[in-house]
Amino acid sequence: MEIARKFKNTFSNVPMLGWLLGVLAAVLIEYYWGYDYISYYLGLPKIPVLFGTLIMLKDPMMIPGVIGYDLIVYVIPILLIAKASNFFTNPVAAILEKTPLWLSAIIHLIFFYGVLHLWAGINDYRVLVVKLTMISIILTISINVINGYQGEFSCSHPGFMAIGAYISSIITLYFFVNDKTFGAAVLSPDLGPWLFPFALIAGGIGASLGSLLVAVPSFRTRGDYLAIISLAFMFIIKSAIENLNVIGGARGMGGQPDYAPLPIIFIWTMLCIWVVHNFVTSIMGKALNAVRDDEAASESMTVKTRKTKMTAFMFGAFWAGIAGGLFAHVLAYINPGMFSINRLAEILAMVYFGGLNSIIGSIVGAVSINVLGEALRPLELFKWIIIPLILILVMIFRPYGLISFKEINAKKLLRAKHKREQGA
Amino acid sequence: MSALLNVNKMTHYFGGLRAVYNYNLNIKPHQITGLIGPNGAGKTTIFNLITGVYTPTEGSITLENKSIKGLETNEIAARGLGRTFQNLALWRHMNVLDHIKMAHYSQLSYGLIGSFFNTSKCREQESRVEENSYRLLELFDIKQHADQIVTNLPYGAQRRVEMARAMATNPKILFLDEPTAGMTPDELGQMIKIIRKVHQDFKVAIFLIEHRMKFVMELCQHIQTLVFGELIAEGPPEEIQNNPEVIEAYLGKEDLT
Repeated sequence: MEIARKFKNTFSNVPMLGWLLGVLAAVLIEYYWGYDYISYYLGLPKIPVLFGTLIMLKDPMMIPGVIGYDLIVYVIPILLIAKASNFFTNPVAAILEKTPLWLSAIIHLIFFYGVLHLWAGINDYRVLVVKLTMISIILTISINVINGYQGEFSCSHPGFMAIGAYISSIITLYFFVNDKTFGAAVLSPDLGPWLFPFALIAGGIGASLGSLLVAVPSFRTRGDYLAIISLAFMFIIKSAIENLNVIGGARGMGGQPDYAPLPIIFIWTMLCIWVVHNFVTSIMGKALNAVRDDEAASESMTVKTRKTKMTAFMFGAFWAGIAGGLFAHVLAYINPGMFSINRLAEILAMVYFGGLNSIIGSIVGAVSINVLGEALRPLELFKWIIIPLILILVMIFRPYGLISFKEINAKKLLRAKHKREQGA
Repeated sequence: MSALLNVNKMTHYFGGLRAVYNYNLNIKPHQITGLIGPNGAGKTTIFNLITGVYTPTEGSITLENKSIKGLETNEIAARGLGRTFQNLALWRHMNVLDHIKMAHYSQLSYGLIGSFFNTSKCREQESRVEENSYRLLELFDIKQHADQIVTNLPYGAQRRVEMARAMATNPKILFLDEPTAGMTPDELGQMIKIIRKVHQDFKVAIFLIEHRMKFVMELCQHIQTLVFGELIAEGPPEEIQNNPEVIEAYLGKEDLT
């Protein structure tokens, strides 16, 4: 405890910019010397992809080497640079503090993206993991709107995702690709990436219209019964797609063009976080919480409860649809089996692990379950024992998830952190 | 002076059970009216019928000469009918400030798109609401609790939050459902003060359900007595106090032998 406190004290004056700079340094070290020198001298076969967990689990003999690698490449440079650079990162952060918040946030995000791009770019596998993690972030935030903020237990999220994935795939395949089911491209494929956002939004709108099938019953019923209705919705969508041979049926649909590179997904993820954050911190959005906590009181306080419930479902489903569309274009293949009970379990695990009623919780949940899932892959079957076990422990000690009922405070996050005056 | 709220021959059945029969009510602006009656007489049902939780089987309800029968509760509330609940109905995960802000819902016009993209219209309206909310918090002496989650407050403060929240909807009539339920005599005195203050500062009419005779007699200018869904007596406090039918309903029949 004492060590943790000291550690916290030492680094309390490092602003966000300093941490980003530290990570940048770590990534540069890995980029230039990671393979040629560091992993070579430590006896590692190649650069550890996800901080070496995969190698460690496959070959326990490598554990010292991996720990050494993580220390040399990540821990020490990040801490050193973050601490050493604060003589100029703090003044820079103070200058940024004086600019409008949106400008400061965008500058930080661009910097963050640059570092992330560099880190992921070292290895194709990392790119895929980062892409899927970001899609999971969108999914988790969107289900948090329904299950957390609105407090309904909805199980239909894979269904919303499937609608978004299929609609956007059909649009891109029909218009921009010479496909065997949909024929020659209608528009020039060059237009594809520019019109792709519209395909995604169409998918999102489709999903939010579909969500009305769950939203309308929610006027009359709650809890377990709504959970069953939403579960039924998910299976209806799945079986409907399985039986529609026009779009591939159970065989699925492939050949989606690669319109979803890392920056595009990053932009969508940030857009999702921003819009959902705006919504849930406004009075309109807090009406979701009011309806969840006491519907009769909300009605008496002039809140339109039906409209609020419908908004929650449609808004959540919209983002699930967007996530589905991105997912389809990352994997370039979808089939109805992907949007079934397994996906549901994964999404629910992410949202309940991370924390209800909190965007930052959703991000933490999505990232940790995804990275954990990838990192424990070598354990095969045991992975499905360890992850649920962690989930159970979280539920016992923190029933609402790791970080619940907390909102992002961008201003506080990005501000300069000056050292407190000694003895003052 | 014309009536603010007028209920005429309201009757309501729950299936075969006659809960309210031939109920009439006439509330004038700036008047405090009390509704008393033994347990199960249908007092809260009358509240729920007027506020639109249930739609009465028969009869008419008009607010400022416009019929509000059959409207949704939120529409009726937005037209100027605020209420508190018998058992506190606060939003348990929300802080005090958000409670008051939430009650301004019908006064916002920026819409969903405004809230998604945090438009200047949205920010302007929200800051106006926040200003007004702080004013209300100060008035009800709960400003020091503004950032606290409402379930952590003492009972008396929770009651005041509920009252402040009802006032934030900008009501013309305030319905109070047993405002002193579960209060100590000390808190009771405070509550009387608060209700007087609301009555004077906001110029609202008040309609309240209450069990404690002292409280009702002290506050109300007009009292109705309800037994088994029917009004048995109506009038100023002194009259009700000495009405034999009311005494009978509360204390039982006097044995004359």
